[in-house]
Amino acid sequence: MKILTCPINGPRPIQEFHYGGAVRDMPDPAACTDEEWADYVFNRDGAPGVKAEWWYHSASSVWFIAERDVVNDEILRTYLWGKSESP
Amino acid sequence: MLDTGPVTLSLRLLKFGFSKEYLEPRMFRRPDGLRDRYDVVIIGGGGHGLAAAYYLAHEFGITNVAVLEKSYIGSGGTGRNTAIIRSNYLTEEGVNFYQASVDLFQDLSRTLDLNLFYSPRGHFTLAHSPASLRTMRWRAEANKHLGVESETVGPDFIQKKIPELDLTCGGKQPPVHGALYHPPGAIARHDAVAWGYARGADQKGCEIHQETTVTDIEIKDGAVEGVHTDKGYIQTDRVLSAVAGWTTGIQEMVGLRSPLVVHPLQAVVTEPTKPWLDAIVVSGSLHTYISQSSRGELVAGAALDPYELISTRSTLTFAEGLAGHMLDLFPFLGDIKIMRQWAGLCDMTPDFSPIMGTTPVKGFYIDAGWGTWGFKATPISGYTMAHTLATGRNHELIEPFNLSRFSRFNLVGEKGAASVGH
Repeated sequence: MKILTCPINGPRPIQEFHYGGAVRDMPDPAACTDEEWADYVFNRDGAPGVKAEWWYHSASSVWFIAERDVVNDEILRTYLWGKSESP
Repeated sequence: MLDTGPVTLSLRLLKFGFSKEYLEPRMFRRPDGLRDRYDVVIIGGGGHGLAAAYYLAHEFGITNVAVLEKSYIGSGGTGRNTAIIRSNYLTEEGVNFYQASVDLFQDLSRTLDLNLFYSPRGHFTLAHSPASLRTMRWRAEANKHLGVESETVGPDFIQKKIPELDLTCGGKQPPVHGALYHPPGAIARHDAVAWGYARGADQKGCEIHQETTVTDIEIKDGAVEGVHTDKGYIQTDRVLSAVAGWTTGIQEMVGLRSPLVVHPLQAVVTEPTKPWLDAIVVSGSLHTYISQSSRGELVAGAALDPYELISTRSTLTFAEGLAGHMLDLFPFLGDIKIMRQWAGLCDMTPDFSPIMGTTPVKGFYIDAGWGTWGFKATPISGYTMAHTLATGRNHELIEPFNLSRFSRFNLVGEKGAASVGH
């Protein structure tokens, strides 16, 4: 991957982006157990496969989601939060 | 006419030339097939897995052991690191563990009867700001308290030991204010460590199966029953996973969750030059570490790639960034060429300490989370994991590194002692 397609700005060189980690749901800290909270804080899905991740286009301050295969670094699609379709 | 002197081609070499077979004894046997059952199955034929097999056989009398390696031994992190050995860590748990490893390394060539080119050089971690010098001072005091040779030194001392270093960084980077100096810091030939442990384990009867991939692990009632491989099924009740960067694939087979996320770490070697750099030079601010191998090549590495990737591809961005920072420190290297560039997989933990020992799955033991710090821990990891496999109880040196620390919010923070900010 050397080019990443920002949903707002289109294809841009990878150097313009920052990686923000996997998209994850936070459990309700008031309601969940200590174990569930520890799992959320520390544990990750590190297995090979396709993952939805946060990416940030630093030149234009756009956060968006990229679906990427972490084995061959191929981007399957990118979209803004709340919109699961590609532009 | 060119005078070549007397021809001294040895008879032995001549025999090699005419022989269809390799005349030297092999380092270890190549077993015909897998047995039906082993007392211990070790997944991963890197330094750690082979060392565990070696100590199981030599210290704990367990020799019905199979080491399963999906490629050739030492083909993963063992042969891809920058071969630095040091113990100037930050926490009591970390310093004691890595110092025990240095103690084993110092005698390891004799123990394994193989020259590992173990070479104490002196290890400098440069500080480019008063704030980073304060962190160095903290590390030095923590180290000294635990009996590890470590001190902060000023620019004059650094310049005397490394005359070629440009302390001003050409005015392009913040200048060097001082350094953390760790005299026992060493380098060694990393492949030979794997070969030596492999030979030692093999001589006692352990089997090393290369090109053998584990495809699944059989669990019944929360305990290990066996291992499926592409060469057949093996019964066993004890499995050690020592696969570092491939752990996230193995842990899925037994249904374990962990904080491990894999990032590639790249490194380069340059063409060889005559010996000029005795010390190991690390700059956290410039994300660079450099040493000169016994062949004269400069071995250099930098920070992790910035996002998760389970691949050993190389990038031009990395080589450019690293070369720039090498030139900030040693401007005269401008004409030196990079010969090779490669990447290794780093299974990173949030506290920069490993994950070792027992797991909630009975009979499944883990030696992982080796991120960017695995090679230096090879001997002590092998020893403590062998102890843990043989007795079923975690060795006291690795108790703080158990997987359960993440559910107890009891981390062992070593990020401040990582060679560069990752």
